[in-house]
Amino acid sequence: MAEKEKLSIVVFSGDLDRALAAFILATTAASMGMEVSMFFTFWGLNVIKRNEGGIRSKGLMRKMLNFMNRGGSKRLKLSKFNMLGLGTWMMKRLMKDANTPSIDQFITMAKEMGVKLIACTTTMGVMGTTEDSFRSEVDSVAGAAYFLGEARESKVALFI
Amino acid sequence: MKADQSLDCVGLYCPMPIVKTAEKIKQLKEGEVLEVVADDKGIKQDMPAWCKATGHEFLGTEEEGGEIRVYVKKAHE
Repeated sequence: MAEKEKLSIVVFSGDLDRALAAFILATTAASMGMEVSMFFTFWGLNVIKRNEGGIRSKGLMRKMLNFMNRGGSKRLKLSKFNMLGLGTWMMKRLMKDANTPSIDQFITMAKEMGVKLIACTTTMGVMGTTEDSFRSEVDSVAGAAYFLGEARESKVALFI
Repeated sequence: MKADQSLDCVGLYCPMPIVKTAEKIKQLKEGEVLEVVADDKGIKQDMPAWCKATGHEFLGTEEEGGEIRVYVKKAHE
């Protein structure tokens, strides 16, 4: 195994369930000796936003957008059966009972395994998301060409 | 089957048994055998696949009363 195989994932969704699936695959791939990049774009940026701190964007529309779309691992909702948060609360409870990691635990694990977390600059620009809105685990910001550059060299590329 | 070290993954679901195996195998010497005990059936397919990807040797599965034991021989550092 001279050169490592690569996995590139676009995390487009900010749904809790989809983010979990992305992290399960990322950490498993890293365990299998693969080099993993996760590229967070659009609603996916919510997964890597800080949980704490205020809204940092400028301009009324962007402030409104980011107020309604706060993001942060603890604010993610299920894509189905959210039921005003009750469904998400129940799912988190069930996951805890089953000893499955939370998004925060997955992010820590992924980083320890060398998974790269990259935020999309276009979404940041449009939505007015600044780099300091992200958690410290985020490695860098980049555009579509960077992702495609990685994806071209990857054995597996996924869009979640 | 005899093993040099054992890893308890009972009560853990995918991806944890595989993540923990990848972590644990680092502590073994080349040629030593790791036993992983789990109760998530996925491991029966996952461990051979992990071995194939990482180049370690899959030795087999033993099952008794819902408890699954899989054996991996460390093939390289």
